[in-house]
Amino acid sequence: MPQKHSNKILMSGNEAIAEGALCAGCTFYAGYPITPQNELIGYMALHMQERGGVFIQAESETAAINMVFGASAAGARAMTSSSSPGVSLKQEGISYIAGAELPAVIVNIMRGGPGLGNIWPGQSDYFQATRGGGHGDYRCIVLAPASVQECFDLMRSAFDMADKYRNPVLILGDGMLGQMMEPLKVQSLKVKGQKFKKPWALTGCAGRKPNVVKSFFMNEGDLEKINLKLQEKYKVIQQKEERWQDYLVKDAQVVLVAYGSMARIAKSAVEALRAKGKKVGLIRPITLWPFPRGAFKKLRNKYLVIEMSYGQMLEDVQLAVNGKKSVEFIGRAGGGVPAEEAIIAKVNKIYHG
Amino acid sequence: MDKIYSHPKSLKEVPTHYCPGCGHGLAHRIIAEVVDELDIREKVIAIAPVGCAVIAYDYWDFDCSEAAHGRALAVATAIKRVRPQNIVFTYQGDGDLAAIGTNETIHAANRGENLTVIFINNAIYGMTGGQMAPTTLLNQKTATTPSGRSSQLQGYPLKISEMLSLLPGVKYIERTSLHSPLEIIKTKKAIKRAFQNQVDGVGFSLVEVLSPCPTYWGLSPNQALNWIRETMIKEFPLGRMK
Repeated sequence: MPQKHSNKILMSGNEAIAEGALCAGCTFYAGYPITPQNELIGYMALHMQERGGVFIQAESETAAINMVFGASAAGARAMTSSSSPGVSLKQEGISYIAGAELPAVIVNIMRGGPGLGNIWPGQSDYFQATRGGGHGDYRCIVLAPASVQECFDLMRSAFDMADKYRNPVLILGDGMLGQMMEPLKVQSLKVKGQKFKKPWALTGCAGRKPNVVKSFFMNEGDLEKINLKLQEKYKVIQQKEERWQDYLVKDAQVVLVAYGSMARIAKSAVEALRAKGKKVGLIRPITLWPFPRGAFKKLRNKYLVIEMSYGQMLEDVQLAVNGKKSVEFIGRAGGGVPAEEAIIAKVNKIYHG
Repeated sequence: MDKIYSHPKSLKEVPTHYCPGCGHGLAHRIIAEVVDELDIREKVIAIAPVGCAVIAYDYWDFDCSEAAHGRALAVATAIKRVRPQNIVFTYQGDGDLAAIGTNETIHAANRGENLTVIFINNAIYGMTGGQMAPTTLLNQKTATTPSGRSSQLQGYPLKISEMLSLLPGVKYIERTSLHSPLEIIKTKKAIKRAFQNQVDGVGFSLVEVLSPCPTYWGLSPNQALNWIRETMIKEFPLGRMK
């Protein structure tokens, strides 16, 4: 752990995620180097073993996610991390984890795509994260931190939700958030143990019937039943786990909608516009799946979605608003980041009318 | 009178889905006998492959996990690291271990994971309908090499055990066969050694078992055993490599 100065330490988002995971009782990490998340695997290499856990640099992203499958099947709080192309490689494994109902945490510090893309920040993996990503009808819980503090704080929620629902949880950040350094409050750095019982885990069958961890169901009707059970679980998650943050929304004529790093820039735009007397607010989704439809229960006049993509979360906002209000959009990708000035100019253009 | 033969405790008393003359049933039973004899049933965690043995967990009576196709040794690595007190083994076919999972195989071996690997080589993809395996012999006809495997088009039978035996992390490799009672006894000895090695903390141990697939070799069960004896072991010689 870094040296403490007063009650705060300076950390990058990547390191805060790693420290947050360790504090949440993560005892297994497997990963493969990829920019811009290398500080995360580096932090785990430095600190996992001294905290009594297992660190493995895997031979591939594919191996890493399947190691997470194994560690989770054996009862550990297990995690991997990567960036966009590497997370694409993990999709098969995530589907198996969802199918076998294993808890796991997967971090995606998104970069520019498609293909090898580049190492600049991006938010173009939103569809992949929120729609399942791999084969089959499944969902991952997706959390989007917007600060180094939140990178840390959300890790406990991530592991708790993974264990509670026996479901993969994705942390969706971007290269800006991963690399950015901010002060982190150290009083929240408390090690907490596991509180969830795992009678299904593979521990050897001493004193009980053998356990089997699997996602394969060949008998007629069995797989449909499993799917219906998963759908019931997803409904419960949708009802209980929506999270978002409102900022000056109540009287807003225009409500910005942005997540992660993009929400930080949007917030600055809101502050600048408010200083000029414009009634502008911000909805910042914290869970991307389940998408916080509750934030759109009371509809405002206009919405402006801002993403480092060409319109992915945009579709969820459109679904939430359901054609009743106008939804505008600003998006850049491939390393482009919508600037505060561009947001302000767009708001000024759409504010009246 | 001493009881010298009975149903292994680690093997469920259920019929298997395997074809007549298939080697998987024998291999499953040998493993179950060894697990019983070493008294490790309550410690064992098996990883079943994707392939004909995909539901091996329906036959073994101990803890089991599935793994995605080829990833058994990644899954096993993590389970063993998390629970070093357990005895963890993978059971994999030639496609699983030596084609789609070659990377996981080589790296788990090279890390010297203290695991036991039972590698069933029948030179064919059975589950999917008899396609070419990495271990398919030259000129062997399969669904995807209808005129026989050609070295120019499909390369040569992959000798993964020979390759693995070069790695310092690997402690024990032996190739055995199921084509006769004597070879079955030798197979059991090798498998027992591969498990005992893990119990003793020796390190990565693999037994490659040549196993008959009469259905997709287009032979009777008896002819299939003869084909191993007369043809297959020329390409895949039996014995201890390391």
